[in-house]
Amino acid sequence: MSERLASLLQDQASVGSGRDKFEVKKLDFFYDKFNALTDITVGIAEHAVTAFIGPSGCGKSTFLRCLNRMNDLIPGTRVEGQILLDGQEIHGPGVDPVDLRRRVGMIFQQPNPFPMSIYDNVAYGPRLHGMRKKSELDGIVEESLKRANLWKEVKDILGRGGLTLSGGQQQRLCIARVLAVEPDVLLMDEPCSAIDPTSVQKVEDLMAELKDRITIVIVTHNMQQAARVSDFTAFFLQEMAGEPAHLIEFERTAALFTSPKDKRTEDYITGRFG
Amino acid sequence: MANDADLTGHDAAPEMCADPSSAAAAPQPPKHSARRALTKITRGTYLKEAALKNLFLLCAFVAVAGVALIFIFVGIKGWPIFGKVGIFDFLGGATWFPTKGHFGILPLIINSLLAMTGALVLGGPLAVGTAVFLSEVASPRARALVRPAVELLAGIPSVVYGFFGLVLLRPIIADLFGGLGFGLLTVWLILAVMIVPTIATLTEDALNSVPEGIREASYSMGATKWQTIWRVLLPAAKIGIIDAIILGMGRAIGETMAVVMVAGNASVIPADVLKPFLTLTTVIVMDMPYASGDHRTALFGVAIILFVISMIFVAAIRVISRFGKRVG
Ligand SMILES: Nc1ncnc2c1ncn2[C@@H]1O[C@H](COP(=O)(O)OP(=O)(O)OP(=O)(O)O)[C@@H](O)[C@H]1O
Ligand SMILES: [Mg+2]
Repeated sequence: MSERLASLLQDQASVGSGRDKFEVKKLDFFYDKFNALTDITVGIAEHAVTAFIGPSGCGKSTFLRCLNRMNDLIPGTRVEGQILLDGQEIHGPGVDPVDLRRRVGMIFQQPNPFPMSIYDNVAYGPRLHGMRKKSELDGIVEESLKRANLWKEVKDILGRGGLTLSGGQQQRLCIARVLAVEPDVLLMDEPCSAIDPTSVQKVEDLMAELKDRITIVIVTHNMQQAARVSDFTAFFLQEMAGEPAHLIEFERTAALFTSPKDKRTEDYITGRFG
Repeated sequence: MANDADLTGHDAAPEMCADPSSAAAAPQPPKHSARRALTKITRGTYLKEAALKNLFLLCAFVAVAGVALIFIFVGIKGWPIFGKVGIFDFLGGATWFPTKGHFGILPLIINSLLAMTGALVLGGPLAVGTAVFLSEVASPRARALVRPAVELLAGIPSVVYGFFGLVLLRPIIADLFGGLGFGLLTVWLILAVMIVPTIATLTEDALNSVPEGIREASYSMGATKWQTIWRVLLPAAKIGIIDAIILGMGRAIGETMAVVMVAGNASVIPADVLKPFLTLTTVIVMDMPYASGDHRTALFGVAIILFVISMIFVAAIRVISRFGKRVG
C-alpha cells in the first residue's frame, strides 16, 4: 500500500494558501473535571484538507468541536489556551459563537437533515441570515446542491422530504445545507462512516473540489481515506484511560504515512493498536 | 370468534416450526437434542403466551365494551328527541327553554365553542411555551421544579379549580370589570390553566422525540437558540403539538364541574364576556336533577352531541397522525 500511496502523495508539492486558517496554541479541554485534551498546538492550513486520526476516544471529535465552539452547548465544558481564527481569538470578549459557527460549518457522522423538504433544508441557512427573495434562494439552493454533488439526483424532487433520501444522499444534502451559508471552514466528523461507498466517493470528490475555496478538517478512522483526501494529518492519542489525550504527531500527510517520526504513530497507522 | 381463529392459527405454528428445524438438525446430532428441548419449552411458553394474550384481549374488550355501552345507552335515551324536535331544529334552534318546550341547543353549542376557543387562545401558547421551556431552555434544576408543578396541575380535581375560580378569581374579576364575575372571562382563565398540563406534557414529549442531531445541525449552522426552536424544533414536532392541542380542546369542551361553578349558567349566548352562560356540559349537570319527559330526553340528546364532538376530535388526531407519517 505505502508505495502507491507515496507516489500519490509526493506530487502534492505546495498546498493551500500557505497560511494557517486556525492557530491553536497550548489548548487544554475539560469536560467538568475530566481533562480530555492537553497541550494541543497546531496550525490548520488554509484551503487545504487536514485529517485528524487516532484511536476511538482520543478526543478527535472533542477537538473538532472546539473549533466552532460547539462544546459550549455542553454544560460544564471549559477551554484553556488559545484558538485563533484568521488571527482572532475565538473565545475573545465580544465574539459571538453564533457568528463563528456561520463561518465554521460542521458535518456530523450521522446525516441529520431537518424534517422538511430538500429545498427548505438547503435554504435554511440563507433564510436564517435574512435572505427572503425566492429567485436568490433558488440560485443558492441549486448552486449548493451542485457543489455537494447531489443536484443531478434531486433536481426534480426538491419539494420532497429530506428524510426520504438515502443515507448517503442525506449526508450530501447536509453538506449542501452547510455550503449554502458559504463557510470559510468545514469541519467533518467521520462524514463517511455511515454512508454507502458510492456516496463516499462523491464526498471525497467534492472535498477535493471544495478546498480551493474552503478549509477542510476531517476526522476519520479510515487510514486510506486520510491518505487519499488530506494534505496534513494530525495523530491524537490518549495513552491511558482517564488521562488527557495529546497531539502525538502533525505532519504533511505524505510524510506522516510514509515515514512517521513517532513510534506510536507508526504503530497506529500500521494497525498495531487502536 | 376471532379469538378461536387465532388460537388455531397459533396451534399450527409450533408444529410447522418443529418440522424444518428437526430436518435441519439431522446432520448434526449434538445440536439435535438441544433443539428438541427448545421445542418443548416453546410449548409451555406458548400456553402462557396464549393465556396472557387473551387476558390483554379481555382488557381491551372491556374498554371497547364500555364505550359501546355508553354510546348505546345515551343513544337510546336521547334519540327520540331528534324525532320529536327534528335534528335541525334541535341543533339549530336558537332558544333553549325546555320547560316551555323550546329545545334549541345552538346557544349551548356556541357557548361551549366560545369557552373552548378562549381557553385555547390563552392556554395553548402558555402550554407550548411551558413545554419549550422544559425541553429546550430550562436548567436541570429549573426543570426539576417546573415539571412536577405542571404534572400536579393535571392531578388537581376539577371541583377544586372551580372552587378556586369561584372564591378567588370571580371576586377579582367582578371588582375589576363590574358585574358578578360569572362569565366567559372567568371560565377562560380557569380552563386555560386546566388544559396546560395536557398540552404541555404532550408537546414536551413531541419536542423530546426530535433527534438531538437536528438541534446540533441547526446550532452548527449559526442558528440561535430562538431560531432553532422556532424554525426547526417546533415544525419538527408539529404533528405531536397539533395532537396535544386537540386533546386540550377535548379537555376544555368536556370540562363540566369547574365551568358550572363560575359560568353563571344562563341559557343564552352571552352579550359580553362578563355575562352568565350555559354550555353543553353544564346544562346536563344543572337540569338533570329535575328534568323529566322531553326535557330529560333532550339532555341525552345533548350528551349524544358531546359524544360526537369527542369522536370528531379523536378522528382528527388519527387523520393528522397518519398524514404526518406519510409526509415524514
Ligand atoms: N459530553 C461528554 N462528557 C464527558 N466526557 C465526554 C463527552 N464527550 C466525550 N467525552 C470523553 O472525551 C473523550 C474524547 O471523546 P471524543 O468523542 O472526542 O473521542 P473521539 O476521538 O471522537 O472518539 P471516536 O473516534 O470514537 O469518535 C472520551 O474519553 C470521551 O469519553
Ligand atoms: Mg468522534
